[in-house]
Amino acid sequence: MDNKDILLKVENLRKYFPIKDGFGKMKNVQAVENVSFYINKGETFGLVGESGCGKTTLGRSILRLLEPTAGKITYDGDVIFDGKLKKQSKMLPFRRKMQIIFQDPSASLDPRMTVGEIIGEALDIHKLYENKKQRTERINKLLDMVGLNSEHSNRYPHEFSGGQQQRIGIARALAVEPEFIVCDEPISALDVSIQSQIVNMLEDMQNELGLTYLFIAHDLSVVRHISDRIGVMYLGNMVELGASHELYKNPLHPYTKTLLSAVPVPDPKVSKSRKRIILDGEIPSPMNPPSGCRFHTRCPYAVEICSRELPEWREIDKEHFVACHIV
Amino acid sequence: MDNKKLLEIKDLKVTFFTHAGEVKAVGGISYDLDYGEVMGIVGESGSGKSVEAYSIIGLLQSPGKIVGGEILFENKNILEFDKKQMQDFRGNEIAMIFQNPMTCMNPVYTVGNQLIEAVLCHHKIPKKEAQKRAIDMLNLVGINNPENRMKQYPHELSGGMRQRVMIAMGLICDPKLLIADEPTTALDVTIQAQILELMKEIQKNTQMSIIFITHNLGVVADICHRVSVMYAGKIVEQGNVDDIFYNTSHPYTKGLLKSMPRVDAEGYERLIPIEGTPVDMLNPPEGCGFATRCQSCMKICLKEAPPTIEVGERHTSSCWLLAMPGEGEVN
Repeated sequence: MDNKDILLKVENLRKYFPIKDGFGKMKNVQAVENVSFYINKGETFGLVGESGCGKTTLGRSILRLLEPTAGKITYDGDVIFDGKLKKQSKMLPFRRKMQIIFQDPSASLDPRMTVGEIIGEALDIHKLYENKKQRTERINKLLDMVGLNSEHSNRYPHEFSGGQQQRIGIARALAVEPEFIVCDEPISALDVSIQSQIVNMLEDMQNELGLTYLFIAHDLSVVRHISDRIGVMYLGNMVELGASHELYKNPLHPYTKTLLSAVPVPDPKVSKSRKRIILDGEIPSPMNPPSGCRFHTRCPYAVEICSRELPEWREIDKEHFVACHIV
Repeated sequence: MDNKKLLEIKDLKVTFFTHAGEVKAVGGISYDLDYGEVMGIVGESGSGKSVEAYSIIGLLQSPGKIVGGEILFENKNILEFDKKQMQDFRGNEIAMIFQNPMTCMNPVYTVGNQLIEAVLCHHKIPKKEAQKRAIDMLNLVGINNPENRMKQYPHELSGGMRQRVMIAMGLICDPKLLIADEPTTALDVTIQAQILELMKEIQKNTQMSIIFITHNLGVVADICHRVSVMYAGKIVEQGNVDDIFYNTSHPYTKGLLKSMPRVDAEGYERLIPIEGTPVDMLNPPEGCGFATRCQSCMKICLKEAPPTIEVGERHTSSCWLLAMPGEGEVN
């Protein structure tokens, strides 16, 4: 991981969803609010947070599957979004480089297409073969890569188990030989014993093909395991960002501390001796986010300034960013 | 010893008679539960852990049928109860909370309405008193402003709040046994921590017994006293929580523990997954259900079901390796 070239750069990204409130007045759900970060070539960047914190929206906005509201996204030196709406067709060359794996494997595969058609569709769109034979060969090779075999290409998604369906989803993403993959909770829907199979496979693929991942998950143990660097999100804001081991050893933001202490550890002695920080209340609505620091309503250390001013995104240590007044 | 036991399950068998064939969802499991004990039941989806719980509370739905065994609750066989007896028993002596509180509450009645109904079902008391009880219960589960919450509908509450209401509803008649079917799986980690703390505190204060069904070994380590690990409709290992984690005996339990990444891990270690896929319960293998995925599988494992061996005090494990010492170590 000596290669420290920045592959993806996100600056001040915002994504608002306009909705009508109870009286027909338009309001915005501030799903992603002013998020900036970058991802180096060949690394895995983990994104954690509770449901509704905007991590999936952020992942999809980066790929422009959702159009961002404002901000700038640069991929490998090319600007793919800078606040003005560009045509989606301009994204096509980038679609070959950037792919996504979805959370629910059964919902993300077309039930009326065979596995071969699902994987082959991507090859068709980008014209990645010269003749039929080459196409079949390529599909078989992809199936082989994800631990399935060529007989499977004539079957339909419902004939597979959840773990196998996720493998098909991964094969589809790999079909166009991408450089960058957004993994949106790729293992949350799977059984415990299958999860580790998929995690290991993603790691192998990365080593073999030199992929870069944006790994989105709410399971902190898995994110810590797979990521080089991690960003923690709360209610649309990124609150802390740092190297994986640094973040876990030395969490600075109160929310990160709470999250880490809330993860159950499969070890009775550790779990009994550990001090847990229990937060009061629940995530406020992103339609009406609290003033100042968005976490101040639940923060055990909140002081007066927290409700008034938005904390600045500061670099505390090398490559360790945090947005908090009291750190 | 016997009077300590609240619940005894003896060789319980549940089969689903589906069009595709018979599915032996629970294939003969036995365990007992003491007063004031929290038993964790761990297993993957399809291992039969929920089916077993539904059998205890008499909520097993067609085409599922209990085809054998006994469920003794304070020495009375639940399976012999008639409909009236079962109605008195369910909710009063035993209660259940579910994974998804939204689907388990009636969306067209207020929270208060549903809580009061639960009380009046089992106790002939004035409605005023029932209402007071409902408010006390909401207070107990940490809901602020219970008088107002009583008037709200389930959809007006957040996920964590709904799960609290579910717990209040379950506990309102002071049951001796609470069955919790994945109560925290649908919740975020910080909310999960809140609910687990709440359940631990209530359990300590009321000394009720809990059967806690989950697939998360971290949650088990946190709340349970004893653990049953299920695979393919059978309990493969059972013991005190410390024995399960520190003197693990069954290859499946060992595999599970090794395949999970830990948040408090020191450095990077590659995960060791359990290879293969879960068993197809329509065509279960002969012999040990785990054999095809087991690294130490022997010939006999594919032919005959393994015996249940006592490996320590209240610690049992069903594996041929333990029945034949010297045949090889499970690593």
